[in-house]
Amino acid sequence: MEPEDFDRERERWLKETYPASPERSDPFVTVSSEEVGPLYGPSDSSALDYEDDLGFPGEYPYTRGVRGNMYRGRLWTMRQFAGFGTARETNERYHFLLERGQTGLSVAFDMPTIMGVDSDDPRAEGEVGRCGVAIDSVVDMQTLFDGIPLERITTSMTTNAPASILLSFYLVTGERQGVSLGDMGGTIQNDILKEYIAQKSWIFPPRPSLRIITDVMRFCASEVPRWNTISISGYHIREAGSTAAQELAFTLADGMAYVEAGIEAGMDVDDFAPRLSFFFNSHIDFFEEVAKYRAARRIWARVMKEKFGAKKEESLLLRFHTQTAGCSLTAPQPENNIVRTAFEGLAAVLGGTQSLHTNSMDEVLALPSEKAAEIALRTQQVIAYETGVANTADPLGGSYFVEYLTDRLERQALEYFAEIEAEGGVLQAIDRGYFQRRIADAAYRYQMEIEKGERVIVGVNRFAHEGESIDIELLKIDPLVEREQVESLRKVRSERDQGKVDEALTGLKGRAEGTDNLMPAILDSVRAHATLGEIVGVMKGVFGEYREKPIY
Amino acid sequence: MSEKTVRVLVAKPGLDGHDRGAKVVARALRDAGMEVIYLGLHQTPEQVVQAAVDEDVDVIGLSILSGAHMTVFPRVLEMLRERGASDIKLVGGGIIPEEDIERLEGMGVARLFTPGTPTAEIVDYIRGLRWRC
Repeated sequence: MEPEDFDRERERWLKETYPASPERSDPFVTVSSEEVGPLYGPSDSSALDYEDDLGFPGEYPYTRGVRGNMYRGRLWTMRQFAGFGTARETNERYHFLLERGQTGLSVAFDMPTIMGVDSDDPRAEGEVGRCGVAIDSVVDMQTLFDGIPLERITTSMTTNAPASILLSFYLVTGERQGVSLGDMGGTIQNDILKEYIAQKSWIFPPRPSLRIITDVMRFCASEVPRWNTISISGYHIREAGSTAAQELAFTLADGMAYVEAGIEAGMDVDDFAPRLSFFFNSHIDFFEEVAKYRAARRIWARVMKEKFGAKKEESLLLRFHTQTAGCSLTAPQPENNIVRTAFEGLAAVLGGTQSLHTNSMDEVLALPSEKAAEIALRTQQVIAYETGVANTADPLGGSYFVEYLTDRLERQALEYFAEIEAEGGVLQAIDRGYFQRRIADAAYRYQMEIEKGERVIVGVNRFAHEGESIDIELLKIDPLVEREQVESLRKVRSERDQGKVDEALTGLKGRAEGTDNLMPAILDSVRAHATLGEIVGVMKGVFGEYREKPIY
Repeated sequence: MSEKTVRVLVAKPGLDGHDRGAKVVARALRDAGMEVIYLGLHQTPEQVVQAAVDEDVDVIGLSILSGAHMTVFPRVLEMLRERGASDIKLVGGGIIPEEDIERLEGMGVARLFTPGTPTAEIVDYIRGLRWRC
């Protein structure tokens, strides 16, 4: 049937057949409040050209996947984000997860580590080891990876403002295990733009932050070639309340800003672009999410080729990690979260993710218990080994609905790019509160939809009953963790050669004031056992601190 | 009796930056006709109490998701007492276990809300506080 014929016939069908019984009263919209029609067909993606817009997996524009054989070659990496208490406790959890079939590690740091604050700093009080693992120096990092061979396991670290320092902790840990830098692989998040936009864990102002990032990109390009120097993240933008289209557009806009920064710093785009990776959310709206990943690959390949003139094929590939949506989980009836997470994980896989974290059912209540973490990992294993979805590439490709959504999301992203451009680019848009306002508006609309009952959340505003209690085991962080961590930090300080530390930090200050790459000086400071807070302190002295204008 | 407009200070103490909840609640309170002073992120208990006194607020609302609630809430309560400002009601929200909620409410926190609480419930609760004043 030709597209025009389908359009005409659909009109007829809508009048004659569809109204035979009345529609439900729930609105037909995605989780991003986008309209969804009753039926899609050939006319809804009629502008699509198979060769130009879809192509084959592993071939431009990569809509159907970044690898030729996709999961028939290698399954996605099962990478559960984990960290709590001290490095010793988290190391035990890593061994537990690896023994149960996890294939990569992902470190969750506590808030003081994320903010570059030592555990004995007054600002850290009450926060040490609470929502991640406390890491103050390379000594803690060595404990964290004790018995884990860093030439074989790749590690992702969720660290942004102090990413250069935590990467250095990791690299020196590898050195001390006898692993050469060239053999170490992993990812640092290192995406500061989305911190200003959504996650709000910043230290330095934007300009010096971008300089640190380009220093890391340049250093790794020559010294740690298997390292993904940045994981450009939509996850937090979505968690802060954005729509799918905003997550897609804002993330890719950030990506373009990093590419521009790299080029401005004098690098060839093909020298660093292959190590850029992405990180997306998988929310509960199944088809919208699948389409989002497909659109992301297509947009990025086109932007890299057409806008930035990238020549290497690897520069065009949008490789990404996915985490299921923490914000979709509910505190009441927490067991339901296992089901939500399974659907979200499935969407990520059908969208062609390279690695996946499936949330634990209890994450809205506490850090994951061992039991909950195991169920979350098993959820991925069921998707991988039982459901059959990994047998063929892009199984939803060609679905009228999915192709329509992919196309619509691409169009919406391009509209957002134009808006950001009109704001004066990403940095200006941050400064003017553009992203923050858009996200806050979407978050508020979503909440109001729930409260008006227009959006159903099972166990919250429907199918909830009075007097329900939560009876799952929750992980508790011992308050003694803080004291223990402070003591071990003091031990590190007392046992090191202070002269060496001072010398290294002076060298770092000199580099920060000039233009030479910071990484060698950070590595020297780390080898001398300077602490995270001390290194950040030196950098803050030169670069200053960022302050946000609060808007709501 | 003419009803004074309720003034609420909303802030996120500590190092955590997850401000979605704080901002949604701030906007809901504003839309419900309250005067909202949104202090933003990374506030110390000292800054919170100082701003509350300076702005002459009726209620302080703190959002904490990082697990630092057993440190932050007691300190804010203590500082309110020191400043003779215990008439300011302290409420909060975040990922706070049931047993900690009981302990904190026992110490004098007026009310703690957990994830999934409708903003309408928070609005009603704060309005109710005014009637009791």
